[in-house]
Amino acid sequence: MKALEIKNLKKSFKSNFLIKEYHVLKDINLNVEKGEIYGFLGPNGAGKTTTIKCVLRIIFPNSGEINIFDKPYQSVAAREKVGFLPEHPYFYDYLTAGELLSFTGRLFSIPAKKIAKKTAALIKLVGLQGKEDLKLKKFSKGMIQRVGLAQSLINDPDLIILDEPFSGLDPIGRKELRDIILSLKADGRTIFFSSHILQDMELIVDKVGIILNGKMVKEGKLSQLVSHSVRYYETVFSGVETAALEENNLEYMQQDKNFIIKSISGEDANKIIRFVTSHKGTILSVTPVKMTLEDIFLKEIKE
Amino acid sequence: MKIKAIALNTFKEAVRNKVFYLLIVVGILFALSSHIISMLTLGDKIKVLKDVGLASINFFCVLIAIFTGINLVFKEIDKRTIYNIISKPISRSNFILGKFFGLGLTLLVALLSMAVIFFLFLLISTGEFDSRILLYFALLYFELLIISAISILFSSFSTPILSSIFTISLYLIGHVSWTFNEFKHNLIKPLEKAAAYLFYYIMPNLEKLNIKNIIVLDVPIKSDVITASLLYAVCYISAVLILAILIFNKKEFQ
Repeated sequence: MKALEIKNLKKSFKSNFLIKEYHVLKDINLNVEKGEIYGFLGPNGAGKTTTIKCVLRIIFPNSGEINIFDKPYQSVAAREKVGFLPEHPYFYDYLTAGELLSFTGRLFSIPAKKIAKKTAALIKLVGLQGKEDLKLKKFSKGMIQRVGLAQSLINDPDLIILDEPFSGLDPIGRKELRDIILSLKADGRTIFFSSHILQDMELIVDKVGIILNGKMVKEGKLSQLVSHSVRYYETVFSGVETAALEENNLEYMQQDKNFIIKSISGEDANKIIRFVTSHKGTILSVTPVKMTLEDIFLKEIKE
Repeated sequence: MKIKAIALNTFKEAVRNKVFYLLIVVGILFALSSHIISMLTLGDKIKVLKDVGLASINFFCVLIAIFTGINLVFKEIDKRTIYNIISKPISRSNFILGKFFGLGLTLLVALLSMAVIFFLFLLISTGEFDSRILLYFALLYFELLIISAISILFSSFSTPILSSIFTISLYLIGHVSWTFNEFKHNLIKPLEKAAAYLFYYIMPNLEKLNIKNIIVLDVPIKSDVITASLLYAVCYISAVLILAILIFNKKEFQ
């Protein structure tokens, strides 16, 4: 079953006194399967937030189809299954964290008792224990992000949409958020998140969709996209005279007393190893360097 | 329940703002200052007491209605808190209605706080229990609701500065618009007559809800006139809110 399905989504904005039309989303097609973590990747201004805003009815698409768990995205039944954390979230700063969660729960018509129970659990999940009675105006950016995540989970959503959830978080916060996302996946939930931070995405996503200038340029399982084939081998060694390396026309980089040589094939790497041992040097490491998400992303941008 | 959640949150926002209390306190002080003004006046002191007191409460309640109302929807859009609301399973009409009822509750609390103190003050200083003043406050409340609906309407598509200009203008027009009903009989050209009719029916007629002169001048109150006035207020509020919802339903938040 598809948790989120977007077909031929188009959106344009008018400006310059309604004369010029900017096509922000040209033709977006994407499929998020139930239970997977989907990374929506793209540079700033590619149309990530615009796509998310269309899904959540914050703006209206010009054309196209959006389904959430096979139901039209506008239907209450579909929207009740969705949790959402906006980019740079802003919440009512006169409320406390507990009050915000309770208010959000009431928008889903959740009974008061259940809201209270859920609020306590979510405050704990996002690590805000002891701060639930503090007004949000006193919260730091990272804390707001946490409370934002908590409110997005108040309705036990099956599909969680997070817009740039890693921005504004410190490394510890990012690690914690990755762990929360993985635990939500383990719970059977589907997570769709946009980001331009590739490292975080590579660590947790099952599927990636790359958007550039309002068009989907690539979509697929991370394991398929990130090729297993090795781009090159990196051999690190020491104890060899530089003159010997130069004599053999080997291109190398030097780091303190260590040398690094890149070889395109495994055979070339073996030759380097044999060369180092024959010159009584010490092999420190041989690393096969694989294609990363960043390489794919940069390649798509260049193309 | 969803409208109630929005309404209570709107109320919470207003009562957690210090300006709200400041306006109530200043309103009460102005109303009580009617005592000093009445001492400086020749003639019927009670009339002056009621006139100045009721006008003060009216003015400060209108101030709260306009300045809370014009910010209500605009602030949600400007601070982007709206994203978090309309992405939830709540219709945009429920959002507008929730905002309206929340402002209504805020104004009820403000009006009651001022009215109770002024009523007690009047009872102590004059010794008379004028129940018609309660009716005045009830009608004032409906006037405030009309102003609230208008300010929410403008707030849903324009900035607070423009909204306040529009709302204050309509408030002022609302107190003289009845003259168009009178003067349209003097117009001969059909186009002018039609324009006067249109203006009279589109603009709010807030004088329908103002019985201050009746109270101050001690004229008997007709119950059917009061019922018609209340009915008018409910119809006008409904029309303005429907318009606000229609505009808000089409609005995109970029």
